[in-house]
Amino acid sequence: MFPSPASEASYNSPNYLNAEKGVRSWLTTLDHKRIAVMYLGLVVAAFALGGFFAMLIRIELLTPGPTIMDAMTYNRMFTLHGVIMIFLFMIPAIPGVFGNFFLPLMLGAEDVAFPRINLFTVYLYLIGAAIAVWGMIQGGTDTGWTFYTPYSTTTVTTVAPVLLGAFILGMSSILTGVNFIVTIHTLRAPGLTWMRLPLFVWAIYATSIIQVLATPVLGMTLLLVAVEKAFGFGIFDPARGGDPILFQHLFWFYSHPAVYIMVLPAMAVVSEVVQAFARKNIFGYKAVAFSSLGIAFVGFFVWGHHLFTSGQSTFASGVFGVLSMFVGIFTAVKVFNWTATLYKGAIHVAAPFIYFLGFLYFLMFGGLTGIALSTVSLDVHWQDTYFVVAHFHFIMVGATIMAFLAGLHYWWPKMFGRMYSERWALAAAVLVILGFNATFIPQFLLGNMGMPRRYYSYPEQFWPLNVASTAGASLLAFGFIIVLVYLIVSLVSGRVAGPNPWGSRGYEWNTPSPPNVLNFPETPIITRGAHEYQDAPAGEVTHAS
Amino acid sequence: MNELNELMRNLLFLPKQASEYARSIDHLHFFVFIASMIGAWSVVATTLVFIVRYRRRQALQATEHVEPKPIQEAAFIGVPLVLFLIWFAIGYPQYVTLQTPPKDASDVYVMAKKWMWKFAYPGGPSSTDVLRVPVGRPVRLLLTSRDVIHSFFVPALRLKQDALPGRYTQTWFKASEPGRYPIFCAEYCGLGHSAMLGELVVMPTEEFDSWMEQQRRSNHLAAQDQQPIASEDVDLRGSLLDQGRRVAAMQGCFKCHSVDGTQHIGPTWLDLYNRKVRLEDGRTIVADEAYLTRSMMEPNAEVVAGYKPLMPTFQGKLSGPEAAAIVEFIKSLRTDAPSAEPQKGPIYVPIPGK
Repeated sequence: MFPSPASEASYNSPNYLNAEKGVRSWLTTLDHKRIAVMYLGLVVAAFALGGFFAMLIRIELLTPGPTIMDAMTYNRMFTLHGVIMIFLFMIPAIPGVFGNFFLPLMLGAEDVAFPRINLFTVYLYLIGAAIAVWGMIQGGTDTGWTFYTPYSTTTVTTVAPVLLGAFILGMSSILTGVNFIVTIHTLRAPGLTWMRLPLFVWAIYATSIIQVLATPVLGMTLLLVAVEKAFGFGIFDPARGGDPILFQHLFWFYSHPAVYIMVLPAMAVVSEVVQAFARKNIFGYKAVAFSSLGIAFVGFFVWGHHLFTSGQSTFASGVFGVLSMFVGIFTAVKVFNWTATLYKGAIHVAAPFIYFLGFLYFLMFGGLTGIALSTVSLDVHWQDTYFVVAHFHFIMVGATIMAFLAGLHYWWPKMFGRMYSERWALAAAVLVILGFNATFIPQFLLGNMGMPRRYYSYPEQFWPLNVASTAGASLLAFGFIIVLVYLIVSLVSGRVAGPNPWGSRGYEWNTPSPPNVLNFPETPIITRGAHEYQDAPAGEVTHAS
Repeated sequence: MNELNELMRNLLFLPKQASEYARSIDHLHFFVFIASMIGAWSVVATTLVFIVRYRRRQALQATEHVEPKPIQEAAFIGVPLVLFLIWFAIGYPQYVTLQTPPKDASDVYVMAKKWMWKFAYPGGPSSTDVLRVPVGRPVRLLLTSRDVIHSFFVPALRLKQDALPGRYTQTWFKASEPGRYPIFCAEYCGLGHSAMLGELVVMPTEEFDSWMEQQRRSNHLAAQDQQPIASEDVDLRGSLLDQGRRVAAMQGCFKCHSVDGTQHIGPTWLDLYNRKVRLEDGRTIVADEAYLTRSMMEPNAEVVAGYKPLMPTFQGKLSGPEAAAIVEFIKSLRTDAPSAEPQKGPIYVPIPGK
């Protein structure tokens, strides 16, 4: 629709991709951009694997009785799906790919603060993933990704390798968090004050804080489970004098903030996308920036909302319910500010913007169902039903996938220097959003009807909605395959994008596409905030490499 | 009003409301649903209007720098906050009601195990997977599990409560519509999780009373015919009181606890239930079911003032229903009880360690 501002767009070469050649140069690279590309390959592979298991689950649920697998296989499938999607995709995806690639570019830095540790996290991820997936397939873990005791400590299947894998993945996550925090504090370019930081950086900062503070608790908890399972200590199993609810408290003390580890980076990405495609400064910069920190802080005090039906004290449930609503307030502040950013903008509807709209939609409806759950009394009906499954797939998966795809389509020309087919991108975006709705709206209704989650078979009254959900999942899978195909085609034969095809004023676009090995020939000096579009378009010329 | 209720209920695929509580939960549900839809679709509509109104007209269009007014940001916080707190102000009292069984409720012990439900009525019958209750009378459920965590879920009552091994949880309901309603296990518990189905049968009061009477009579006959069997499962045919007495004798509880008010190594069980007891650490606590169960499982956590922490734990020695039976036995020991339990011969004490 709008031609690239640089009409004689050129493909920058040599760049970080082709300056050094050979597999060895990739495996030993310390370049944050190459590490980001490696993460991209790894998380997309994990997503494909997790998605494959999701499809198997949906096919099994096509009929009320057994369809293609037995109960044990089904239980292993949803465990595999959950563990892979959460630990191998959702948590590392956006920080690992876009955080690594764009944090230094946005800060005007040459790299992250600890490039060697950065590479180490990739290997930790690989080792952790290999152990976890191997362990699940070898040992047939059937506990679900939540590992609730005493089921997980008494099951006949092998659990220890998965716990070890998740432990190592947690290490990777912690180190990434530490690295980003130090980078943001120490490597900002001259003139880049905290109040000029791109909003992406603020949200990644908030995410990193959670990663560093919460993930160790997961490590401790998983170790305790492993110790109980291996040596028979009575920690969580009441038959040995333990307390099963203690596990739930410890587990959710990590795993609830982990939800914000997944969704805050998504908020980070869309804050950039909305400004770039509306050509407009964010409506309330401070409100959006500080609400990220607010979510990170309050997120630590809401874990008890997973225990409303566990027999936890009535008073505690009330406190956790109200605090959960505050997360909703911070989220609402963001939603309103993003919407208001469109006001008096100059909006260009391209694929990243469609994904931004999808993100807004899933965040809003996923968020409002979350508020409904935190009224406490409604949760009693919905707890552990498909309503909760649909709720967290909307807010955690829907929002994160939308933001991941928005970021991928927005930054793709920067990362690889080439454009994809915009027509196919628009079609796929619409298909993915429709497919996601068709998959999970029936699940909300199934939850209302009272169908519990993790059900291998179900009574006949739940049949029609399950068929609808499986049909939607097929549509969704089809959409993802289209995205994968045209992006691969783009790598080979895409139109050359030029340094700034969107006319974005994010700092990261002040580099050639793809960027050089050394990000900036000389350290940039920042004189104003990112995404200021009030002056004449003549200023745009400065983007030449 | 009733038509509207039915319309919304069907629109949202909610099952029949089998109690007044379920109706009130649904009304909050409808309120939250409608308000959310209005709010969210207003944002969507605003977005769409902006997209059309402020579409890009030239490639590198400049835009005005807009800063929010404080009042706008305040509204962004205030409006959702007020709405959310109103929902909470309705929802939380409902939850408190659910957590507070009325005093006149009759008890049913629920024991979950892989993969079935057992229901036992004090002084009455027991059943597997079918829970019969009278319409219009409050029923309190005291739940426990024999193995892993399960969750007792009746969609028609909008009610769910986890059943945990090694401790008791409680919930209650008062069914208002006779009928048969499904019971699900909502907490993942392994291979048979989705087959752990039960049925709640809400009966008209007269029908329930005559059923209960009939069950008691046949139980009594059965108890005379058969010797109790020492199995891992408590024999659920006799009354819970008898079982409680038997298990207590078998486990040697009477070596330290008297049932007639005599001071001994441990506190007497006579009139213990619902008494306010002062603990060694100065706190005062009501000796309810939960406390009595805890005292068996973690005896030295809450020692009554004036006694030494000598009691061993019965964690792993007493199964869920056995502990329930002992609690029920303790509850029956009252000075104001109309008469002592009639003696039915010597208490049968099986040889331990079968």
